[in-house]
Amino acid sequence: MENHLLSIVTFLPVFGAVIIALIPKEKLDIIRWGSAAITGIQLILAIWILYIFDFSSSEVQLQEHYAWIPSFNIEYFMGIDGLSAPMILLTALLSFLAVFTSWNIEKAQKGYFALFLLLDAGMMGVFSSLDFFLFYIFWEVMLLPMYFLIGIWGGPQREYAAIKFFLYTLFGSVLLLLGMLALYFISEPHTFNMLILAEHSSQFGNAILLGMNAGKVIFILLFIGFAIKVPIFPFHTWLPLAHVEAPTAISVILAGVLLKMGTYGFLRISFPVLKDATLWFALPLAILGLINVIYGAMAALAQRDLKKMVAYSSVSHMGFVLLGMAALTPAGMNGAVFQMFNHGTISAMLFMLVGVVYDRAHHRDIEGFGGIAKVVPIYAGVTAMAFFAGLGLPGFSGFISEALCFIGAFPVFTWITIFATIGIVLNAGYFLWAYQRIFMGELNSKYENLEEINNRELFALIPLAILTFFLGVYPTPMLNLMSSTLNHLVEAVKTAGMVAGL
Amino acid sequence: MNLNQIMTDLSYFIPEMILTGILLLVILFDLFQKADSSIRSGFVALGGLILVTIALLGQDVSTPVGIFTNMLAVDPFGNFLKILVTVGTILVMWMSFNSNELKNRRVGEYYTLLLTLVLGMYFLVSATHLLSIYISLEMVSIMSYLLSGYLKEQMRSNEASIKYVVFGAFSSGILLYGFSLLYGLTGSADIFEIQAALSAGTVSPALMMVILVMILVGFGYKIAAVPFHFWTPDVYEGAPAPITAFLSVAPKAAGFAIIIRFFNVALSSAGNPNMEAWAALSNMDWQAVMGVLAILSMTVGNVIALQQSNIKRMLAYSSIAHAGYMLLGVVVADQTGIAAVLYYAAVYMLMNLGAFFVAIHIKNEFDTEEIEDYKALGYKAPVLGVIMAIFMFSLTGLPPTGGFVAKFYIFRALIEYGDMYFWLAMIGLINGVISLYYYMRVVKAMYFGKIELPDSVHHAPHNITALLSILALPLLFAWMLGDPLSAFAQDAVQFFIN
Repeated sequence: MENHLLSIVTFLPVFGAVIIALIPKEKLDIIRWGSAAITGIQLILAIWILYIFDFSSSEVQLQEHYAWIPSFNIEYFMGIDGLSAPMILLTALLSFLAVFTSWNIEKAQKGYFALFLLLDAGMMGVFSSLDFFLFYIFWEVMLLPMYFLIGIWGGPQREYAAIKFFLYTLFGSVLLLLGMLALYFISEPHTFNMLILAEHSSQFGNAILLGMNAGKVIFILLFIGFAIKVPIFPFHTWLPLAHVEAPTAISVILAGVLLKMGTYGFLRISFPVLKDATLWFALPLAILGLINVIYGAMAALAQRDLKKMVAYSSVSHMGFVLLGMAALTPAGMNGAVFQMFNHGTISAMLFMLVGVVYDRAHHRDIEGFGGIAKVVPIYAGVTAMAFFAGLGLPGFSGFISEALCFIGAFPVFTWITIFATIGIVLNAGYFLWAYQRIFMGELNSKYENLEEINNRELFALIPLAILTFFLGVYPTPMLNLMSSTLNHLVEAVKTAGMVAGL
Repeated sequence: MNLNQIMTDLSYFIPEMILTGILLLVILFDLFQKADSSIRSGFVALGGLILVTIALLGQDVSTPVGIFTNMLAVDPFGNFLKILVTVGTILVMWMSFNSNELKNRRVGEYYTLLLTLVLGMYFLVSATHLLSIYISLEMVSIMSYLLSGYLKEQMRSNEASIKYVVFGAFSSGILLYGFSLLYGLTGSADIFEIQAALSAGTVSPALMMVILVMILVGFGYKIAAVPFHFWTPDVYEGAPAPITAFLSVAPKAAGFAIIIRFFNVALSSAGNPNMEAWAALSNMDWQAVMGVLAILSMTVGNVIALQQSNIKRMLAYSSIAHAGYMLLGVVVADQTGIAAVLYYAAVYMLMNLGAFFVAIHIKNEFDTEEIEDYKALGYKAPVLGVIMAIFMFSLTGLPPTGGFVAKFYIFRALIEYGDMYFWLAMIGLINGVISLYYYMRVVKAMYFGKIELPDSVHHAPHNITALLSILALPLLFAWMLGDPLSAFAQDAVQFFIN
């Protein structure tokens, strides 16, 4: 069974979706608990994967390797390393918790949970596949359930948000497809296998495409594809809309997992396969990271809608990831991937908390509350913790990863890093200011009877809070998990640069 | 040509002979039917086509030959397309039995005309002589005119027919003019002899370009490529819906067949796989002409489809765009390119017929063709909604549907061919993104928006559900099967060469 663990984790939700589809739609409890059970088993399996994962090795583990479409040399190739392992844990964890956040979905629950499980399968597939074609299929398969989940169960502007999300990501995907095919035909022998592509990295630097260096052209194509997902400024405009309109659980998945796919794509494909082009593009990437940090924070500062503020904070936080990985130092790289994980847990908490208050007050206007800490002290406490984690307070995991990103980037991009630290101040600014306006001061009389956060909601939040706190105090296990792979990656890119004389 | 030769040639002609026999039988049979039972003629026609399909599948085409003094070719390429159009016609007949438009009228002629059209397409996909090309093209066209005007008391249907005739006559006039010039300059009407004369280099390239463009007008009209597409939306809207579905796939596939056979096989490389595609036309940039046609068809088709509110018109414009994608494969014109076009034609047939059939059923049941009126269909008729969504995703070309696999083959061929087609591939893919918007409008109407859940759920009749499932399931599993269809398409890229 261990040899097929990744396939099981990936396809279990597909199986679950089929089961859900067969349950009569009146049996709501069975549908909900069934989904919880499926994602719960998935989470247990994901933890088991980490348990048997060899931390000290930078090799790809738990490989599954079969010929799929031999005439194109397309393989069914799954495997994980220190880069994908944290992402698999994150996906499983958030999918499980998001089921509980979805408890109050009001219409067509059966369709909702079936699509949700399909989405889950797509995400798992992206993080476990090592064949580019397979990766691409999973990448695209995710779009369909997402489109429906936003479009049917979303907020007032859901239809526009759904199609905008779909158009943007599909645009990115087709560029990804072009880049993928170019890689396939330049590599000799033709292959989609990411590990072999990475070994043959120098072939792409020497080939010509469209009269330019093929490596650079392909890097740009993949860059746009991934950048839309991250999202990197100026490809971010779909994000606030989609995040705000999506139902809470889907916002959690969007921010927690889907955004990571962009940066994961960089580290899985662009960096190892196109090493020369990576070095060439490192500086622009760092600058874009800086823009993300500052722009995202400024935009968040200007929002009155709490959910939009959280959405823009994602843009800002993903900027740290970009900065960390562009530096191509071990500290920066580890910080970047750690930040991906932490942003996943923290932004998930934030979106869940927004959902809690929205379910009760039916609006999210930051100015529309006031002093509600007196009425809902537990909610206020949890929110305070999540906000502190979000602004990177020491003691929470976000602090460690952001610090690592800065430490890694400082020697390489000194000035950019210095400017990026302004982002921290801005982050603190909008979180604290929002907190103050919502929870402190005079109690808004409308909310005298505001209902306290319930146990189901707490159940979804507490594991994340514990994880955030634990990794803030003792980040070593997570860093151990990823460091050998990531250090190896940094090494490989740097060596290629030295060979090429960059 | 002696009798023995004729007898040998006829042995390659069995499917066509069976089809002719069935055709005559249907005419006779229909004489004995009353108006309300004339649908039985349709059943006979359908049974006949199944018989012909079996004959086609059983035909040994492994050694391509030319028959009737090289008027026609019998080769795997032609065989593939004959099977394709026959299967398409069978599906269309199946849907025609369910069509309200055709209810309560004599339909014997309808099925007779349809069978004749099929026969014309058989000739068209195997024609290797200017005469046989022209005659078969006319045979296909005239039957199409008649069928689009079949609802003779409806103004729209009459308008469709007359527009089709006028455009068709004009295009085939130009085609004929091109043919006569070609004949005059090369001294032959056999396309292989023409190829030999061209390779000798006696014809001036400029003149040749003019001639080829004239011929392209005739063929381009058949596949509805921009700028020869103007008849398409009105004809598609006005014709009986099953005929619209039919026109959008079968004659289009046959049109592609003749373009490939005439330009790529006969004229340029004489089908020699060792010869560079387009070699005989090497002194003119013929790929560029095809490439421009492809870009225009994709872009114009997609952009205009964005603004359509009637589902038939939307699908009409989308079919123009799909012709553009297939033309991309024609641009490449090597083994992979042609195989990709064949594969695309087959997948396109499934998804486009499917989309039209759902539209026909909706028109039957809810009497509307407006996309807006598809509102909440996903809840009113869940099975129909899911199936329609599959067709829409497949037409957009999203994984994991067959539409994606088909596009993947086309773009793979382009990128493999080299650097110069990279831009073409990019334009093609971005066009796919544009098309997402209008296909998703259908999905949006079916599922999104403020929805009052209906009291009762509409179930389509079993035979329609079965028909639609036959179309949709292969699309869903195309990528998993390691693809027998693509192997079939691959093997079909083998031509008769004189």
